[in-house]
Amino acid sequence: MEKDVIIKFDRVSYSYEEGGDYAVNDVNLDIYKGEFTAVLGHNGSGKSTLAKLTNALLLPVAGSVFVRGMDTAREEFETQIRQSVGMVFQNPDNQIVSTIVEDDVAFGPENLGVPPEEIRRRVDDALKTVGMYEYKGHEPHRLSGGQKQRVAIAGVIAMRTECIVFDEPTAMLDPKGRQEVFRAIKSLNKDFNITVILITHFMDEAVFADRVIVMDDGYVRLDGSPREVFKRVKSLRDMGLDVPKPLQLALLLKKEGIDLGDEILTNEDFIKEFLNYSGRNNVNT
Amino acid sequence: MIKDITIGQFFPGKSFIHKLDARIKIVLTGIILVMIFVCGNFYSLGLMSAFILFSFLLTRLSLRLILKSFKPLVLILVITSLLQLYYVDKGEILFSWRKLSITSGGVYMMIFITVRILSLILVSSLLTYTTSPTSLTYAIESLLSPLKVFKVEVHTFAMMMTIALRFIPTLIEEIDRIMNAQKARGADFETGSLVSRIKALFPIFIPLFVSSFKRAFELADAMSCRCYTGGKGRTRMKQQKTGVRDLCAAAAVIVLSAAVIWLNAFFGRVV
Repeated sequence: MEKDVIIKFDRVSYSYEEGGDYAVNDVNLDIYKGEFTAVLGHNGSGKSTLAKLTNALLLPVAGSVFVRGMDTAREEFETQIRQSVGMVFQNPDNQIVSTIVEDDVAFGPENLGVPPEEIRRRVDDALKTVGMYEYKGHEPHRLSGGQKQRVAIAGVIAMRTECIVFDEPTAMLDPKGRQEVFRAIKSLNKDFNITVILITHFMDEAVFADRVIVMDDGYVRLDGSPREVFKRVKSLRDMGLDVPKPLQLALLLKKEGIDLGDEILTNEDFIKEFLNYSGRNNVNT
Repeated sequence: MIKDITIGQFFPGKSFIHKLDARIKIVLTGIILVMIFVCGNFYSLGLMSAFILFSFLLTRLSLRLILKSFKPLVLILVITSLLQLYYVDKGEILFSWRKLSITSGGVYMMIFITVRILSLILVSSLLTYTTSPTSLTYAIESLLSPLKVFKVEVHTFAMMMTIALRFIPTLIEEIDRIMNAQKARGADFETGSLVSRIKALFPIFIPLFVSSFKRAFELADAMSCRCYTGGKGRTRMKQQKTGVRDLCAAAAVIVLSAAVIWLNAFFGRVV
């Protein structure tokens, strides 16, 4: 099957100050339709800068970014680009514009000049998709962090975006909020075929992606399926990153002589391999 | 708690008053405010306050809210009525003590002024209680739109109002957090001379300014991401339509104003 490219990075570099260090350095990337990509990297690795380059919030100093073939540097494409690539930020408080949930979700479609009845339909659909429909008349400041973040997501999907870039959407949330938001993100990708780029530093979120990109010092260092990327334990640790918890545990067990293999990413993988192992070696568990 | 502050004091509902077009509501409130000052005797003022009370009953809001709206102004009310009592020297003397004398005219004046102020407060809180901040800003934008001829950025102004209203609770929470953080480090906001208390506020406002700017930049990014490019080519999800209901309300207010003027003329002005 021919893969459908949504975002293309062509030798892109970016620096915040003229002549300063590059925050993003010579990046080549193709993001495909329907793909769930996780971008990992420690603070200052350039992952947020990469996010802002995808929809013309920042323009490359060298190279070009194309969204559906449209160069982000050309101003006449700006609205179209932002309509197809939406973005959700870390702090839910700083991206909600209106004093009522449904009015906030309507903000994007209103900007696009969508007719009122159509906006109403989209707003209701978007709120149902993220499970916030019954809160449509609420004031955002009375919602929990996870709920606010889901409202922000609804605000993006009401614009009928093809691709959503999430810039550490769960970093400021409590465990319950994190779970709610992450579940919503997964469902957008699976059930609605929305392309997801998830910037995160939670390894246990990255393992659910189709593809993991690891950034360090502005360069893309690793790029592949979670299994391929998390095999590179040593290079990940050199870049100041960890591996998912189940894999960490498996590696510790390996040191003790219990080899479960290195394909363990989730708790389920761990249990399966562990049961296999104990079956093979008649270990009493 | 500090978090429980209601912005614009809006109480959602489905009553006749709630459903009125916000633009009409603003204009009618304005007319009523003027008419309250036009009222020159107890008959017209009585009719006026009866009308306002009736409108309040129509909203089906709890009557306790009336008291709540009066609360912040009790002091002003007491002072003005006492002043009336003291300064007005008309009618027979009811009570006198040394140089102080209370006249019947003074008592009338006191009651009159009190009812007038209470009516003013009640009618303006009626507007904010029954109109959501969003419809208020939409209405103001719509009412001010003729100013576009003079190149006034009406949309930008309304957007600023919306954002300001949206961020009031967020910033109050932030102040609360910063104050607690400073208190935890031994800051003292409650004691000391006025100067030292004002000085103690600097460590609150400087972090507040810094974080507000940070918020503003992030909000600007978020708004650009959602294709905001100003007022041009925007549509509205919630359309305000002027209907039969609004015409009825307008008619009622016109009849009321006519009645007030007639009562003033018929019974003469007391004030």
